[in-house]
Amino acid sequence: MKIDRRKFLKAAGVSALASLGGKGAWEILDPGAVDAAEHGGHGHDKAKESGPKTRWAMLVDMRAMTEEKADKIREVCDFAHNIPHWDDPERELKWIWKEEYEHVFPSSYNEYISDDIKAMPFMLLCNHCDEPPCVRVCPVQATFRRPDGLVAQDYHRCIGCRFCMGACPYGSRSFNWFSAKVALEKEEGRKINKEFPVRTRGVVEKCNFCVERISLGKQPACVEACPDVMHFGNLADSESEIRKILRKRMSLRRKLELGTHPMVFYLV
Amino acid sequence: MIEKALKGSSFYWGWLVFLLAIIAAGALAFIYQLNVGLGITGMGRDVSWGIYIAQFTYFVGVAAGAVMLVIPKYLHHYTRYAKIVVFGEFIAIAAVIMCLLFIIVDIGQPQRMLNMILHPTPRSILFYDMIVLCGYLAINIICGYNTLLADKKGVPCPRWVKPVIYLSIPWAVSIHTVTAFLYAGLPGRHLWLSAIMAPRFLSSAFAAGPSLLIMLLLFIGRFSKWKPDPEAMQNIARTICYAMIVNLFFMAMEFFTAFYSNIPAHKYPLQYLFFGLHGHDQLVPFMRFAIAVGLVGVFFLLVPAIRRNPVGLALATLFVFLSTWIDKGIGLILGGFVPTPYETIVDYCPTFPEITIATAIWAVGAFILTILFKVAISVREQQIS
Amino acid sequence: MYDSGKVIAGLVVFAALFLCPFLYNHGSMTAQPKPSLDTPAIKKLAAKRCVEDREFMVAHHMQFLNEWRDEALRNGNRWYRNKAGEKYLISLQNSCLKCHSNKKEFCDKCHVYAGVKPYCWDCHIDPNGSKL
Repeated sequence: MKIDRRKFLKAAGVSALASLGGKGAWEILDPGAVDAAEHGGHGHDKAKESGPKTRWAMLVDMRAMTEEKADKIREVCDFAHNIPHWDDPERELKWIWKEEYEHVFPSSYNEYISDDIKAMPFMLLCNHCDEPPCVRVCPVQATFRRPDGLVAQDYHRCIGCRFCMGACPYGSRSFNWFSAKVALEKEEGRKINKEFPVRTRGVVEKCNFCVERISLGKQPACVEACPDVMHFGNLADSESEIRKILRKRMSLRRKLELGTHPMVFYLV
Repeated sequence: MIEKALKGSSFYWGWLVFLLAIIAAGALAFIYQLNVGLGITGMGRDVSWGIYIAQFTYFVGVAAGAVMLVIPKYLHHYTRYAKIVVFGEFIAIAAVIMCLLFIIVDIGQPQRMLNMILHPTPRSILFYDMIVLCGYLAINIICGYNTLLADKKGVPCPRWVKPVIYLSIPWAVSIHTVTAFLYAGLPGRHLWLSAIMAPRFLSSAFAAGPSLLIMLLLFIGRFSKWKPDPEAMQNIARTICYAMIVNLFFMAMEFFTAFYSNIPAHKYPLQYLFFGLHGHDQLVPFMRFAIAVGLVGVFFLLVPAIRRNPVGLALATLFVFLSTWIDKGIGLILGGFVPTPYETIVDYCPTFPEITIATAIWAVGAFILTILFKVAISVREQQIS
Repeated sequence: MYDSGKVIAGLVVFAALFLCPFLYNHGSMTAQPKPSLDTPAIKKLAAKRCVEDREFMVAHHMQFLNEWRDEALRNGNRWYRNKAGEKYLISLQNSCLKCHSNKKEFCDKCHVYAGVKPYCWDCHIDPNGSKL
């Protein structure tokens, strides 16, 4: 049954691929991806099996997290990426932000869980999913998945249709409802990071796992700010620091039942 | 043929000027939106699609509804529809243009729209939606124009048009199926994640499109020399009745699945829309009104005495149109976004510029429809004389 | 000819509309601008050369910037090796503008003259601009 479906998918896609040569289309027909869609049920590990060398992931150690650190992380990220602040929560641009347990894990909400977990400031960010629905729906490949698992956003290409915002089950995507540059200028005493651009009005943005830093061999800004709380590393490498931590500690991931394979882990 | 739109009564011209005024107001509001950003609308990071996309969805349905006349006429040779079919096709033309406009005003970077063609992405449903909508527009222009032109000349329709007309039948089904897939394939949006999304869309489309047609035909019958065949209208009304019953039945099925399974995430959107959730009940009166008028509309259409009465028929089709419009043009989109992925509730309310732009697109649709109908009516009047 | 008055009036209006851009710009011909290379970073350079030679940069900087954009953002490659084999960080903000820190004299001069409005500055930041 599994094989049949895969064959069918391939056959159905061949004509489309032949005419368009789309690398994007190949991604959904890639056998490795089909395996990964089922890996939750079969205990496979895609990272180990199909062999990409890098699969970036983030660990958030909730035992070490405090309100102060959460605020510091947000502040550091907002500066690094020139994210303006809005009074209206519906206009907010959020790359990394804190949220309560109840809202972070609504589908597996356990009302009898310990009070300290309920009170923890969970840091939310883009999950850089292995099976990202936002990438599936984007009509122009403005959002795409890099071979290292990073879900990137091309602000030059985004047409602002916001289909990805509807598709993201984590609410991790923000739209530039107004001009961010104007907003930054209005903010009193706002420091601007002149090494990183702003986003134009009318495009969608989100956490980029600090691709501008990791491509230069640096750690993401949030990790650099609070290295005891945030751990960034390569999930594909079974000897990596984050894999060692994951083997030892109990971790949670958001909405696993949707099969998106989020790459952000919460250590509790 | 189009020159027939240039001769009309002062009422006709007055109506066109009135529509142009609305369009001008909408154009100003749209320029404002282009300069300031989509933040001038009531949308936000949680309810990230609003009336623009909701209206788009509804008018895809109205466009698809034309097929309910094409099938009897061309597959079953039901000749009573011969003179009416073109009006259905013209509604489809106007409706598809409205759909495209609603997309244009909704996107944040309309000047980059052609990226859709520059970077074609077959895994995105929007890619297919673009193809089917543009294709359906072309098909209806070809079919509508050629059949009417043949009528005007009193000759049979050119043979090459026939296959295009047959193609329009599956194509009409495809536009609304693909539009339903835009929503039905998203994880974590529980109201939309339903296998009967496409059937529901189609049933409501086959009720909404023909309802609009009947209302317009009744209006034409009153004010032009050409009188549409009442028996043909009765048959369209029967089609609407079936489609609307199926539509309400599908809605009931959604309720059963959500509430009998008792899965909270599946219940929340329906609770929000129809009963109110955590004190948020701004949509409840609308949704209940939609169900009520839908049921009344079906009742009017079921009772022959009411259906045969022009006022009864007009009311019945108006009710069906309103009911499907509220259900799909308001409730469906908002219910998909509320509750949010954090299970919080965010109320959406369109702003004044947003409503102005949406109204202007309605006016564009009405403007196109007026001109196309004017041409078609002139041809029909010429045929009797 | 039918309606000759109306036709001729229409032609005159058309001709006036068609010619108005030419009339508007007539006589306002200005000298070809010379973009300034006078920035502290460039002054310090021993060999005054961009990542590629001058002729190439003048003629192809637009395509070149697009390639850089796609290379860094979409292909994840942040390093460029030029024809001479030297390595450069691919970044408008952190490579180009580090030398060409005078957007007004370097970028805008020609762009204004040629009437082109590249959308770079919708997002990217003029390093010495008072406004974002």
